[in-house]
Amino acid sequence: MTFAFVAFAAILLQTAPYAVPGEATVDPYTASDANAGAAPFTGDGMAKAFHGQDGIHRVVDSFVTINFADPAISDIFKSHDQVRLKRTLFEQFCYILNAGCAYTGRDMKASHKDLGIQNADMNRVVENLQKAMKTEGVPFAAQNRFLSKLAPMRPDVVER
Amino acid sequence: MRILRPIAVSGLSAFCFLLAPAAADAREMRDGGKLLLTNGVTTVEGASGGGLAPWATIAGNETRDGIGLSASATVVEVKSYDYQSGGIALGLFNRVELSYARQNFNTNEIGGALGLGNDYAFNQDVFGAKVRLFGDIVYDNPLIPAVAIGAQYKKNRNGAVVRLLGAKDDDGIDYYASATKLFLSRSILVNATARLTKANQMGLLGFGGDRQGGYTVQFEGSVAYQLSRRFVFGGEYRTKPDNLGVAKEDDWFDAFAAYAVNRHLTATVAYTDLGSIATVPRQRGVFFQLQAAF
Repeated sequence: MTFAFVAFAAILLQTAPYAVPGEATVDPYTASDANAGAAPFTGDGMAKAFHGQDGIHRVVDSFVTINFADPAISDIFKSHDQVRLKRTLFEQFCYILNAGCAYTGRDMKASHKDLGIQNADMNRVVENLQKAMKTEGVPFAAQNRFLSKLAPMRPDVVER
Repeated sequence: MRILRPIAVSGLSAFCFLLAPAAADAREMRDGGKLLLTNGVTTVEGASGGGLAPWATIAGNETRDGIGLSASATVVEVKSYDYQSGGIALGLFNRVELSYARQNFNTNEIGGALGLGNDYAFNQDVFGAKVRLFGDIVYDNPLIPAVAIGAQYKKNRNGAVVRLLGAKDDDGIDYYASATKLFLSRSILVNATARLTKANQMGLLGFGGDRQGGYTVQFEGSVAYQLSRRFVFGGEYRTKPDNLGVAKEDDWFDAFAAYAVNRHLTATVAYTDLGSIATVPRQRGVFFQLQAAF
């Protein structure tokens, strides 16, 4: 029994999705939906407002692309693994929007540690997310509903 | 004075130290950075907020890492009167707001009827200070609003006339507390303000009167719906004292729309019902304001 448990744990650890192929390695952590930092919406209204997983992919791709290209905040992003960021952000958004995903990334405090993010940076990122959601045609009220899940994360994101 | 001066200076530097980000954090000073519209518009008394009620906002576009500035011009045209005010406000680290407004209330023909002469104008200076104690309008705990306290020193420039009308004083201080939150899940902003005041029509008709000489508590409420990043509409209600026997004073109401033209310019229009003013009832009309913020 003990052996079986250890073997099972070893398999779990081996397959723990710290990083998937194509991404830079990250320090081990325990993957959990709780790391997403917000409880998901109930029902499928929000997933529909974001046009399902396809729409969430488009929002995340354009959001990440805008942030990397935005001179006001690109310094924060430039050392980041863009592939991993797109994957974990997609998982987080998809999980919170109740569109059928699990979140395997780090929690908000760990993932923003030492980035030196100031309030002005966070506000800029919010505006870029609003741009991406607008481009996808997400109704403004649904945009705000989604932001209501992200806004309480500020103390973990803004460090200084 | 020689003794006082160093104390005043050290007091000021201690104040600046309290405000300034701690050096150990090595926080970079930043220009601007506030979310659109979260600096509010300028109230008729110069504080940031709605048009009539001060909110727990801090003027200017700065975040807690900077210093911001705003300037505004407001015109109110109601049935019998014209009103203009100009204001400037300094926002320090999204924590402290210092404001000044000059108000000009023109009585048009009513001035003649009251024996003051046509186009007689009441003027007032309003110096305001506001401190946000805790909370954030948008972020952090969705059930904890931003909460601010403030004071407004008002000096009427027509002291002799307002005393003739029955006012006890030509200057006074209002004290208020405001709680403001944007409930993102509903796109609704709610503000509640309680004010201690002796002012008659904001002080334009002086302070205190024969009916009531001292402070009374007044309530100011605002509700707004955010239609887009740039556009909000809503309504405000402001209760008023009724201190002067000769000039009944009513509660105020407005329905407003505010549009952020860009990061630096906010335009506000409102329909407003100011009730009875200086003996003439049913003063309804329009409110228009342009605010620049940096």
